[in-house]
Amino acid sequence: MIPVRQCLKLTPLCSQIRHGSRMFPQLKRGSFNRITDEDVNLFAGIVGQNGIKTEELDHYNTDWLNTVSGFTELVVSPKSVEEVAAVLRHCNGRRLAVVPQGGNTGLVGGSNPVFDEIVLSLERLNNISHIDPYAGIVECEAGVILQNLSDKVGEHGYTVPLDLGARGSCFIGGNLATHAGGLRVVRYGQLRGSVLGMRVVLPDGQILDGRSNMRKDNTGYDIKQLFIGSEGTLGVITDVSLLLPQTPVSVNMALFGCDSFDDVIKCYRLSRQCLGEIVSACEFMDSLCMTSVNDILGLASPLEDSHPFYYLVETSGMNMDHDMEKLETCIEKVFESGCATDGVMAASKDQARHMMSLRENIAPALKAVGFNYKYDVSLPIQHMYSLVEKIRNKMRKTEGAFSVGYGHLGDNNLHLNIITPQYCTQALSLIEPFVYEEVSRLKGSISAEHGMGLKKANYLRYSKDPSMIAMMRSLKDVFDPNGIMNPYKLLPWND
Amino acid sequence: MSGLRVLVGCKRVIDYAVKIRVRPDSLGVVTDGVKHSMNPFDENAIEEAVRMKQKKVVKEIVVASCGPSQSQETIRTALAMGADRGIHVEVPAGTDANLQPLAVAKIFSKLVEKEKPDLVILGKQAIDDDANQTTQLLAGMLDWPQGTMASVVNASDGSLTITREIDGGLEDISVSLPAVISADLRLNEPRYATLPNIMKAKKKKIEKMTPDKLGVDITPRLKILNVVDPPVRQAGDKVPDVTTLVEKLKEKGHL
Repeated sequence: MIPVRQCLKLTPLCSQIRHGSRMFPQLKRGSFNRITDEDVNLFAGIVGQNGIKTEELDHYNTDWLNTVSGFTELVVSPKSVEEVAAVLRHCNGRRLAVVPQGGNTGLVGGSNPVFDEIVLSLERLNNISHIDPYAGIVECEAGVILQNLSDKVGEHGYTVPLDLGARGSCFIGGNLATHAGGLRVVRYGQLRGSVLGMRVVLPDGQILDGRSNMRKDNTGYDIKQLFIGSEGTLGVITDVSLLLPQTPVSVNMALFGCDSFDDVIKCYRLSRQCLGEIVSACEFMDSLCMTSVNDILGLASPLEDSHPFYYLVETSGMNMDHDMEKLETCIEKVFESGCATDGVMAASKDQARHMMSLRENIAPALKAVGFNYKYDVSLPIQHMYSLVEKIRNKMRKTEGAFSVGYGHLGDNNLHLNIITPQYCTQALSLIEPFVYEEVSRLKGSISAEHGMGLKKANYLRYSKDPSMIAMMRSLKDVFDPNGIMNPYKLLPWND
Repeated sequence: MSGLRVLVGCKRVIDYAVKIRVRPDSLGVVTDGVKHSMNPFDENAIEEAVRMKQKKVVKEIVVASCGPSQSQETIRTALAMGADRGIHVEVPAGTDANLQPLAVAKIFSKLVEKEKPDLVILGKQAIDDDANQTTQLLAGMLDWPQGTMASVVNASDGSLTITREIDGGLEDISVSLPAVISADLRLNEPRYATLPNIMKAKKKKIEKMTPDKLGVDITPRLKILNVVDPPVRQAGDKVPDVTTLVEKLKEKGHL
C-alpha cells in the first residue's frame, strides 16, 4: 500500500490538462461553422457589450479538475430568457456549436468546449424571483449559485433538497442539467422529485415554458424531466420552481471507525433501523482518504487511532430531544454489536461541520496530490468496496499510484479514485475499460451522479441497453436536428 | 507532585455557530428550540484538567455546572471527555438567563468548601454574557491566587507556572496552590467526546443540588434594560478617483 506521503508533490497544472481533442485523438471537430466578427457583433447586440468575453477565457475553457480544456474564443452571457433564445436562434441558423455552462464544477468534462464551441454562460441569469413561505416553493433563474439559494430560502426556514461540496460555485441550472446527487439524496430523494416546473430554451430558440408551482399535475407527458440530466445536450434550462423541505432544527453527526467494509455495512444497517426518518446523510471513506485530508489539508481526525474504514451518519429533525434519544439507542446498538471499534458524536455545530468537512474535502485533497482518475459508480452495497480492492491490485506495479474508495453509502454510490503523479496512458489502460466492465457485470451504473459528459460518453453501452441508446439519439434529433447543443457529450460519438 | 483534586466549571450556552435572534421584548435573546452546547472556553478548561490527569498530576476531576435541567447534558459531555463525577446546581429554567457571575462565584465558593479541591479551573468567559468575572470573584471570595487567561499551565511542587494572554503579549506568573485559573482558547485543543466514553459516562455520578441547599442567594444584582441588534451595516460609497476620495473624507470631517 503506497502511503500518501510519498505522493505529496503538488504537480503543476500544465502537465495535467489534456485538451479534450488530445484525450481522445480520434475525436474530430464536427462540421460546424466558425465564429466571425459579424457573429460577435450580433451577440453583443443581443446581450450587450458586458455580456461578451473574448479574452482571458481559461476558466471557461478548463474544467475544475484541470483535466480537460477546449479552445473557445467567445463566451456569451445573456441576462434574460429572451436573450438566451435570441442567441440560440442565431447559433442554430449559423450552425455554430454551443456549450451551456453554469458554475463549471462538473467532473466529467461536460461543461467545457472540446474545440471552439461558444460557451453560453448562465452567470447573469441569477435572480431569485419568488419564495412562497407557506407552500415552501422557490422560483429562480438557472444561474443562481446553490449556496446563495440555500441562504435565501434559509431566511424563511426552508432548505434546498440538494447539498454538495461545490455549493459555493455551482449553479442550480447546472445541478438540474446534470441531475446532481450530493449528500442528501438519502433523505430528500433525487433532485428531479423536487422540481415542480421549469422553463427551457430549445436549440432553435423556441422557449418551452413548463413553469408551474403545482405539487401534483398529471396533465400529459412530463417533458421537463427529459431536460433534467440531459447535460445541456437538448436545450438550456433558464428557470426552475423547486419544492423545499423545512430547515431542520436539530442536526447531529456521528463518525464511526470500523475494521472492515462488512462492518461498515452492518453499522449502516443498524443506524438506519434505529434512526429511520431522521437520517440525512450516510457516507463512508477508507483510511487513505482520511490520511489524505489529514496530511494535505491539515484537517485532523476526531478519533485518536486510524481505522481501515470510517462511517459518517448525520441526522436532521425537528426536535432535539427525540433525535438524541434515537441516536443514543443507535450508538448503544452499534457498540454492542461490535461493528464499530470507536466513534465520536459532534458536541457542537463546529464539530459537526468539521466532521462533514473531512468527507467533503477528500476530492480537493486528492486533486492536490497528482492526476486523479475518478469513477463514480452505483453498485450493490456488498460489492462496493471489492471494486476498489481489485483496482488497487491491478495498479500495484504502477509507480506512485494509489487507490481510494469513499462515497454515498446510503445511495450505494462509490467514488473510486486512482491517483498517479502524472497522467499516463499506461495507467489509464489498466483502469479502463476494466472498471466499466466490472460495474456492468454487477449490473451497476457507470455514472451514478456525475453524468457522462465528454469522458464517459463512449461507455454508455456499459449501463444502457442498445435500444435505449437508440431512443436517446432519436430524441436528440427531435430537439436538436443541427446537433449544435453541447456536441461530443453524453451520447457516444465513437463506440 | 501528584494526586491533585480539580474542580472544573462548565456552562451550557447557545452554540457559538448559531445565528442569534433578539427576543421581541428586547430583554434578551431567543433560546427556545435553539442549539446549545458547552461554552467553548469551558471545553478548554475540561481538556486541561483531563490532560493533567493523564500526566498523573491530577487524581480526580469534579465538573460542576449551574443551570436548568438541560445543563446535565453539558455535564455528561464533560464526563465523556474524562471528568470523574459531576455536580449539577439546578436553577429553574427561565431564571438561568439572569444567573450572574456574582451568584455563580458564590455557588462555586460553597462547592469549594464542600469538595476541598486543590485547583479550580473555569473558562475565561461565557460567550453569552462575555463577563469574564467569575474566576476573579471566586478567587477574591476564597482568598486564593488567580491565573486568568491562561494559555500555558505547568504544574510543579505545590505551585503552577502560568502563561497569561494579555494585551501587551504574554505574561508568565507563578501561583501557589490552591488556586483558581481561567482557560483561554489557546490553552489546548479540546478532544472530541468519543462514543465509548459517552456510554461509560452514563454510569458516572451526577450529584444534584440547588442554590438554596447551598445557602446561596442568587438574586440578580444587575438588571438588563435593553437588548438590541447591532446597527445594520451601511453600504459604502464608491468613488472614481483619489481627488474625490479626499474631498469626501474632508466633507465627513475625517481629514
